[in-house]
Amino acid sequence: MSALLIRGGTVVDANGTGVRDVGVADGVIVAPDAVPGSATVIDAADCVVSTGLVDLHAHMGEPGDEAAETMLTGGRAAVLGGFTTVLAMPDTWPRVDTAAVVEHVRMLAKAALCHVEVAGCITVDSAGTHLAPLGELADVGVQFVTDCGAGIQNPLLMRRVLEYAKPFGITVAQPANCLELSVGAQMNEGEWSSRLGLAGAPAEAEEIMVMRDISLARLTGARLHFQTLSTAGSFAIVSAAQRSGVRVSAEVASHHLALSDADLAAYDTCRKVEPPLRDSSDTVAACEGVASGLIDCVVSDHTPQTTDRKERPFDHAEPGSVGLETALAVALTREIDITHVLRAMSWRPAELLGLGSPTQRTISPGAQADITIIDPHERFSVSTRTQATAGTNSAFEGAELRGRVRSTIVAGRVVVQDGQVTP
Amino acid sequence: MKHLLSIDELTADDLRDVLRITPSFAEVAQRRISKVPALRGQTVALLFYEDSTRTRLSFEIAAKRLSADTLNVSVKTSSVNKGESLRDTAETIEAMGIDAVVVRHRSSGVPWQLTKWLDASVINAGDGWHQHPTQALLDCFTLQQQLGDLSGSHIVMVGDIKHSRVARSDVQALTMLGAEVTLVAPPTLLPPAIASWPVRASHDLDASLRDADAVYLLRMQSERQHEALVPDLREYTTRYGLTAARAAALEPKVPILHPGPMNRGVEIAADVPDLDQVVVVDQVRNGVAVRMAVLFLLLGSGSEQAMPDEVATAGATR
Repeated sequence: MSALLIRGGTVVDANGTGVRDVGVADGVIVAPDAVPGSATVIDAADCVVSTGLVDLHAHMGEPGDEAAETMLTGGRAAVLGGFTTVLAMPDTWPRVDTAAVVEHVRMLAKAALCHVEVAGCITVDSAGTHLAPLGELADVGVQFVTDCGAGIQNPLLMRRVLEYAKPFGITVAQPANCLELSVGAQMNEGEWSSRLGLAGAPAEAEEIMVMRDISLARLTGARLHFQTLSTAGSFAIVSAAQRSGVRVSAEVASHHLALSDADLAAYDTCRKVEPPLRDSSDTVAACEGVASGLIDCVVSDHTPQTTDRKERPFDHAEPGSVGLETALAVALTREIDITHVLRAMSWRPAELLGLGSPTQRTISPGAQADITIIDPHERFSVSTRTQATAGTNSAFEGAELRGRVRSTIVAGRVVVQDGQVTP
Repeated sequence: MKHLLSIDELTADDLRDVLRITPSFAEVAQRRISKVPALRGQTVALLFYEDSTRTRLSFEIAAKRLSADTLNVSVKTSSVNKGESLRDTAETIEAMGIDAVVVRHRSSGVPWQLTKWLDASVINAGDGWHQHPTQALLDCFTLQQQLGDLSGSHIVMVGDIKHSRVARSDVQALTMLGAEVTLVAPPTLLPPAIASWPVRASHDLDASLRDADAVYLLRMQSERQHEALVPDLREYTTRYGLTAARAAALEPKVPILHPGPMNRGVEIAADVPDLDQVVVVDQVRNGVAVRMAVLFLLLGSGSEQAMPDEVATAGATR
């Protein structure tokens, strides 16, 4: 494998920040003076050199929804967005509820330019009734299980899941949404839903579920990860739980850092997401939570859809936005310090995924060469026509964002160079 | 003005302009030949995804009195449920060569979506719980006929505000004209964040009626009791219906409005609609004139100055 010399960049990792050269040989990071003179040189002047970004929440389309996305197109989108690892959600067809499907998805994922970790289902077919074989899933290396959608509604089942999963060291991940309280909801409940005449989900539909699951995590001592929290109240509840010693982590979707329910005034269905865009005060709380470290991860919640699923009346349109190619830039555009952004988009998600603690997985000799090189100042405007994802639904269509991925290196191989996928 | 989507996209001047020219169009209806050539050669598609006899007929008559051709398109909502793209339907209709689309849809926001895909003018004839701007215009016109200038007048609107596009449009239009609006409903039938609306909210109908200059009743649908929003229609009628006793306590000069169709015995007692102060028929009549005014402003020669000539030309053919 060819050697690389990344020259003149500002290395930012959990061990500190400093301008230094980085060498790569045979898929691992080496001292810059250890690379041969024939090494390819990457000029990283004015750029930040980081451990590869890790996305804990991406719907990759394949298997089952190849019209919306494939491992090939989704993988390209991931590396263009700086992600060297994505956690593929299990709401595929078939659902990832057995070891056999895990292996099938891994085989498909060979077409992706990034590493793809596979999340499993909590219940068979995510139907919320029978437990999936969590031991079998853990045996083949599944680290995260989630039923996606609104998550486990039945509290007894949720208790059993947390108890049963504990010995396997598997993380139970749960979107928080009390369906009976948010029935029919198309957006956040508040001044804007009142004005736009759309049924709203109150913040409490999420917060009640966060409180319930924290109670159950405390009861069982299990590790719990909240997917895509969206309200200031949820962040405060999680913060209090963490202080009291409950083993709970939380992620926020990048669109919840920047967009609010007021952005639905023109009924743009690409901004219909789950959980819904909340109040502008919630976006501020989300950014503060990322900066303070209260929120562990920023995720893309990449949910590609075909055009026809969005060109419907708002209440019939499928939810979700693509996000792999914009998540980092959205966080940087929101003026969150890049160190905090990298903590939430590389160090912490890698740790939660078992890829190594922030002080182990660093830009230092011996580490696997998963590296993202970012120009934090370059601006670009978002267009799904030019994006690599096959999904056509970006909540940020037409927006101008700051912070562009210049190069992405996966296991020592340069897959993105100068913002383009390498041939 | 190219489209008429919602009242809050209009300025108070726009609103007053429509109301000011409406009498000229009302006058056309009084003629022996109640037709003017203002929109001759133009085609108006009536795209109704939701059943609505009176609004569709009103727009159709309005368009025909202006000599526009009309195209009735009834689209079963089920075809949307089957996955038909809204855009496909709209583009198909436009390809047939139309100048305006009057759209009624049970989903809020559809008229906005259509403007992205169509070159034609879009007129919102009611979208979900959101807006019904021509209803608000005809209600304002009717109230002005009854009360004169609406500035400072007190309008009491009663019923299922939460699910009502009429309430959203009327509140915006009435407050734009300086009226004070009180919304009366059980808390479960008021919209969320009601404090952000420029109204008073009340749960006491009798107290609100005491200083009402006009009463506006909204249709109460029986489905609401299945959603646990009200216990049953009997309790609703007792507390929020215009019973015969409540109607009798009103001054005879206080007009009673309803967007129709009325549920006699629910929001309005069976005999109350027959009182002289009930102006539902005026609302329907004015609806045609207001919709003529809207069609004329959107599709006519573009200048309001041209209007008297158009009417005068028609007068010559009388």
